[in-house]
Amino acid sequence: MEASKVIHAIYTDDDILMSAVKKVKAERYHIEEIYTPFPVHGLDKAMGLAPTRIAITAFLYGLVGLTVAIVMMNFIMIEDWPQNIGGKPSFSYIENMPAFVPIMFELTVFFAAHLMVITFYLRSRMWPFKNAENPDPRTTDDHFLMEISVDGNEAELESLLKETGAVEVNLIDKAH
Amino acid sequence: MYTFSNKLKTFSFILIILGVLGVGYGFMTSHKSLEEVKTMIAEESAHHGGGHASEATHATADSHGEAAHSENAHGAEADHDAHALHVQHQIANRPWSALYVAAFFFMMIGLGILAFYAIQIASQAGWSPVLFRVMEAITAYVLPGALIVLAIAVASGTIGHYNLFIWMDPEVVAEDKLIQGKQGWLNLPWFAIRGLIFIAGWSLYRHFARKFSIAQDTAEDTSNFKKSFRIAAAFLVFFIYTESMMSWDWIMSVDPHWFSTLFGWYVFASMFVSGITVLALMTIYLKSKNYLEFVNENHLHDVAKFMFAFSIFWTYLWFSQFMLIWYSNIPEEVTYFISRFNDYKLPFLGMVVMNFVFPILLLMNADYKRIPWFVVMAGIVILVGHYIDIFNMIMPATVGDRWFIGIPEIASILLFAGLFILIVFTALTKAPLLVKGYPLRKESEDFHY
Repeated sequence: MEASKVIHAIYTDDDILMSAVKKVKAERYHIEEIYTPFPVHGLDKAMGLAPTRIAITAFLYGLVGLTVAIVMMNFIMIEDWPQNIGGKPSFSYIENMPAFVPIMFELTVFFAAHLMVITFYLRSRMWPFKNAENPDPRTTDDHFLMEISVDGNEAELESLLKETGAVEVNLIDKAH
Repeated sequence: MYTFSNKLKTFSFILIILGVLGVGYGFMTSHKSLEEVKTMIAEESAHHGGGHASEATHATADSHGEAAHSENAHGAEADHDAHALHVQHQIANRPWSALYVAAFFFMMIGLGILAFYAIQIASQAGWSPVLFRVMEAITAYVLPGALIVLAIAVASGTIGHYNLFIWMDPEVVAEDKLIQGKQGWLNLPWFAIRGLIFIAGWSLYRHFARKFSIAQDTAEDTSNFKKSFRIAAAFLVFFIYTESMMSWDWIMSVDPHWFSTLFGWYVFASMFVSGITVLALMTIYLKSKNYLEFVNENHLHDVAKFMFAFSIFWTYLWFSQFMLIWYSNIPEEVTYFISRFNDYKLPFLGMVVMNFVFPILLLMNADYKRIPWFVVMAGIVILVGHYIDIFNMIMPATVGDRWFIGIPEIASILLFAGLFILIVFTALTKAPLLVKGYPLRKESEDFHY
């Protein structure tokens, strides 16, 4: 592994951060990561991140939930033991469907919501007892941190970042 | 300022003329003598091969409360006469009902937008002020539209032969204990007075909201804005009571033996989503003609979200009403759905597809909500679906299984569509298309989602 060095530029204002991101992108540097204490509207667009596909997964999970509900109730109520319960027609699924709709709805929502959240946790690598990846504890409070990898161009990058309004620019050796 | 293009004006006149001709044709062909009806029934039963029994089944389900119908229709000659009389009445009802459904459908678009407009003002929404003038134009239809609905309702009981509301018929009431019990509410003078009170309240709000909105354009301070905020809040309280009562009066009382507690909300959901859909269609139309350069796709996205959300809200109420009645299956309530299920299977189930399945699939994707032709496509399906919704509310009680979407129905739609376009677009020419002095205008112009 080659020794990887990164620059941490620290900002104290999200507007300055946004303009800095645009400048750094315009100079064609690769931003590794940005740490912020709260969502900064438009940051993903400025960084050029791909849009999330989590809504699509949620839709598919919802379809799975709907299918589970239908198959389950069709088996239990219609195929396995079609009892006469209070005169409800248990001859076919469609005849008794209105009574199943609340469950179909709830299971759709249940699957869509929970599986989407679990997908989110997996994709963002979040779980209990996970070690925090926070480079600087101040970024959870009131500072913004931009991490840029360097290969021999520390000096010019440092001056560029100072120009963009960074309050602190630190060269960090990530090798250890 | 908007100028009403001559093309559109001519188009609306053509619609009105075609509509009047078709409605006239509907009324002329609906008067059949008892003999004609009898031959017709005989021919039909010959066609269906003893389909007379099925003819008679609807008589048990409908709520007309006329002379008793026999269960076995092959009975005595008197039963044949009674049945023919019943069918004759249904045939005569059809042009009235067609006119009434279409009149109500277009009136409820205006009324739905009036409520939507008041909500936007009362909630001080920051995204919608650029659309206020379009909404104000649509609400111009409330006064004429609602008066026409009320006039048709009253005329059906005075000029017509009780073609919409059987509780207006003293002969029916004389034999009907249930309607007698409801006479305190369901009587013609009180019905008309109530209707006028509703219409007066809605039109007064519309008048003053429009007045303050135009006054705010040139005002130095925000006093007009504050006034419009206050009357919007007051109107919304008035509206939710009167809308509910209006739906009992103008729709639910066509089935005077039946009642449902969430009916007012159900009708409200229908009018709200149709209104918002028309707002979206008009915005897209005016934008395509370069009249609304301050409206961007973010506004369209928000309107489409409302279309999506209220389609689901409508479905929720439709299903809640249907499922509760289906589940408990109490005879006096369930006839309402039995007559719809037996005779109106396609429109009854088709509207659920059009009002729920289509919007939920077409408008779920955020990108699709920003594409005008996609919203137009979804909007047309929603509007047709909600026309059929009103159709399903009125027709089973008045024409029973004698329904068809033919000349009287389509002509009535054309007539009121033409009238709607004429009134709404004329109102649109009366004021600038942007609310200049409205305090939230800037926020709305810069609105970005």
